[in-house]
Amino acid sequence: MGAKRAGIVGVGMTVQRSTRRDVSGVELINEAVRAALDDSGMTRKDIDAIVIGNMDHFEGINYVDTWSVDGSGALGKPIMKMTTGGTTGSTVAMGAYYHVASGMFDRVLAIGWEKNSESDTTGAIITAFDPFWDRPTFGGAVAGLALEATQYMAETGATEEDAAYVAVRDRKNAINNPFAHLRMESNIEAIMSTPYLAWPVKLGDMCPRTDGACAVVFASEDIAGDFPNVPAWVHGVADRHLWGYTSDPYVNQHVKGGTWFPAMERATRELYDKVGITDPLEQFDVAELYLPYSFAGLRYMESLGFCERAGGPALVRSGDTDMGGKCPVNPSGGVLSSNAIGATGLLRVAEVALQVQGRAGDRQVPGAKLGLATGFGGCYWSDELVIGKEKPEKARG
Amino acid sequence: MDDWREAQEVLVMDGGIKVPYSWSAGETGTTYLESLRDDKKFLGTRCPECGIVYHIPRRNCPDCFSECAEWVELGSSGELVTYTITRKHHPQLSPLKGVFGYAVIKLDGADTGFVHLISEFDESQLAKGARVEAVFAGEREGSILDVRYFRPVKAVS
Amino acid sequence: MEPVAIVGVGMTKFERDRVRDTFGDLVFEACTRALDDAGMTIDDIDIVLTGSNDFFDGRTISSMAIMDACGSYDKNVSTVEGDGTFGAAHAVMRVLAGWGTCLYCAHHKGSESVMPLITNAMFDPIYERFLGIDSVTSAALQARAYMDRYGVTEEQCAQVSVKNHGNAFKNPYAQLPLQLTIEDVLASPYVADPIKLLDCCPISDGASAVVIAGAQRAKALDAKPAWVKGIGYNCDAYHLGDRDLSKVDALQAASKTAYAQAGISDPAKEVDLAEVHDTFTYLELMAIEGLGLCRMGEAGEFTAFGNTAQDGRLPVNASGGCISSNPVLVAGLNSIIECALQIRGDAGEHQVDGVKTAVAQGVNGPCGQSQCVWVLGGDE
Repeated sequence: MGAKRAGIVGVGMTVQRSTRRDVSGVELINEAVRAALDDSGMTRKDIDAIVIGNMDHFEGINYVDTWSVDGSGALGKPIMKMTTGGTTGSTVAMGAYYHVASGMFDRVLAIGWEKNSESDTTGAIITAFDPFWDRPTFGGAVAGLALEATQYMAETGATEEDAAYVAVRDRKNAINNPFAHLRMESNIEAIMSTPYLAWPVKLGDMCPRTDGACAVVFASEDIAGDFPNVPAWVHGVADRHLWGYTSDPYVNQHVKGGTWFPAMERATRELYDKVGITDPLEQFDVAELYLPYSFAGLRYMESLGFCERAGGPALVRSGDTDMGGKCPVNPSGGVLSSNAIGATGLLRVAEVALQVQGRAGDRQVPGAKLGLATGFGGCYWSDELVIGKEKPEKARG
Repeated sequence: MDDWREAQEVLVMDGGIKVPYSWSAGETGTTYLESLRDDKKFLGTRCPECGIVYHIPRRNCPDCFSECAEWVELGSSGELVTYTITRKHHPQLSPLKGVFGYAVIKLDGADTGFVHLISEFDESQLAKGARVEAVFAGEREGSILDVRYFRPVKAVS
Repeated sequence: MEPVAIVGVGMTKFERDRVRDTFGDLVFEACTRALDDAGMTIDDIDIVLTGSNDFFDGRTISSMAIMDACGSYDKNVSTVEGDGTFGAAHAVMRVLAGWGTCLYCAHHKGSESVMPLITNAMFDPIYERFLGIDSVTSAALQARAYMDRYGVTEEQCAQVSVKNHGNAFKNPYAQLPLQLTIEDVLASPYVADPIKLLDCCPISDGASAVVIAGAQRAKALDAKPAWVKGIGYNCDAYHLGDRDLSKVDALQAASKTAYAQAGISDPAKEVDLAEVHDTFTYLELMAIEGLGLCRMGEAGEFTAFGNTAQDGRLPVNASGGCISSNPVLVAGLNSIIECALQIRGDAGEHQVDGVKTAVAQGVNGPCGQSQCVWVLGGDE
């Protein structure tokens, strides 16, 4: 008895597109759910519990858990809604993992989705911040990230071209992913020539707005061998969220130990300690990281321990994070290629699962055994999961 | 201790979430709403496995998950399953003036009910099983409010 | 189920308008009380879960408003958006998965928004929302369906209001103690037939928190634990016309799971006290039946005979229930807290003698679509 190990035994995703007018939100969810059930050789009846999430104000739906029943398959089943903003998809994955790890459920479906085409994404994101102190002046996700980028450039000497490398890398990878939204061969000059949204962030540096859904089936170690696919095992999860005000990330880093992104660094330390990671670049075969814009692909590599501080540009330009490198980052094309926000974090988890199962098709990293998936959101909320081919020695909470 | 807190009148800031939405009805919902708009006809979808005729229409059966691609034309009248008369209503939410109510109505030919408005009634006409009929809007634009409300069917004298 | 306990509880006083307190102020007050009750400091907490709702709070990622106040700094933290029974259930899962202690809090300020506009947004934007239906009018459809099916009368529903508002006099946290007669309730104006004003819960502000711990940590504390014996939750169909609104399928399914985990075969005999979702009076009657505390359709009579009174055979909502204070989302957590206090013998003036097994219920969605049931007990 006691805590259970959990594996991912099925994955379903819709194609990610700018607009999916052909389906309602519920129907979009159903598309991903049915794909995940088919993939795991199950029917709706086999599912024991469901965890679902999105961003309430992106679709204007209150109680998405009860509203989505026709699509999610929750009729007559336990369902719970978990929502943490941009991290929602990874939060839903962690929630479903804990459903199984608790020993209360054997087969749990995690669902993340979003139809960004149906609302004003920036208008809704601004409402994530304090109505008195932040909302009147906050410029939305792009402006907030631009503050991070300018600070990063000032302190490390990183350039806009370094960041553009990340955008080129991820969108090129997306060509191998039939589900991705933006799939394009690009180059640094092309990214540099896109218009500024908020200096130094250009259109080509940002993720798109996407409609899409993803569903993932988690199963208990007791039955994980009963499915057509070998399980992708959850080795450990951790998260941190330290802040609530827009200015916190740019000031607090200097007073609280002087680190870049303490939420990510502290989550990383806990997770790597639990799982036994000391050299992520060597130990991880693949990483699917929630990089909402290109500069994150430099800075977050440092917070995730892939290189020293300020080493992000050199790391990505070395090719170590390219397909064929030491640890390819975002073989799927990542968030810079598809960003249906509530689905995005769950897609990272699904992609790592497919990689360690050896089922990632044209985007497969040969022989991938251990991978890292992350979620980014809130006010620098950081969710992290390690997923591997080998069954972990013990349940790690 | 903390005297200044008690002496402080607090400020309250009025606000609102002002985000526009454009919800897609999807292909199934659009077919249904266009039928209301253009032909004043209610449509349901039939589950090929369960045989249930769903109204409002479903693209997939919520139970067995089969694709429900077959359209079934339904009557524009049916029976009250349950109802209420609203007495206090938020003005922003009132699609009708005067006395009105809500009902779950099972249209002729459907296996499930749906929620709509009721009006033009005497309270004595309302009961479980009472027959009601749709009153369509003159100008219809492809919305559930193309049906203005349901009213009791007058008994044939 | 492995042994898990509630080792600390905290509530704010519930009021119509706590204009002086922000969400964070309320959460800090509730969390501080829960930690004090457990004899802990925030350093003893391993992980934190929060409960809030973006629509009610008028804020995307509503949990961001209380991150400073809930003590989650440098801890694993997540958010369950929905009733407190669901959020606390997830806290139990994380403890079962290996975390030692979890602080879970939920907050609500009904005073800051417009309830009908928020609850209207539960309904489907294509087919139902533009009809203007909300929580009250949808509840009225269910009340009529339930009353028609079993011949339940408005008088029988009114008893619930009289009893629970009366119980609230003995609960210092309750918002709305009222001395009422059945005639008072029946004479109150209709809001949506058959629901009258005094059949309805108030709008409330407040927060609550619990500390949940695994057996090892629970036993090492001086705090009196209330043990989690079973948890079940279940969801019915969404569109109201898909459901037989007079039935309580989801509640029965949730109860079945929770009772099975708790080893309860005859709840009517084995349950000593219940705290149920009575935002409208008819819902308490449906809950009593759905929880198997009496037969279907008989809760009206069961109540009339005094069985569910504070001094009855099976007290229901001895705290005053949601009809006396209804901080949405917090409501189900309050039910859990009340059950824990009753089991510990710490319920003060509204303490019921000899409570060994207590049941709490919470709901999400329109007309009790998604139901969660907890069984709590005094023994590990």
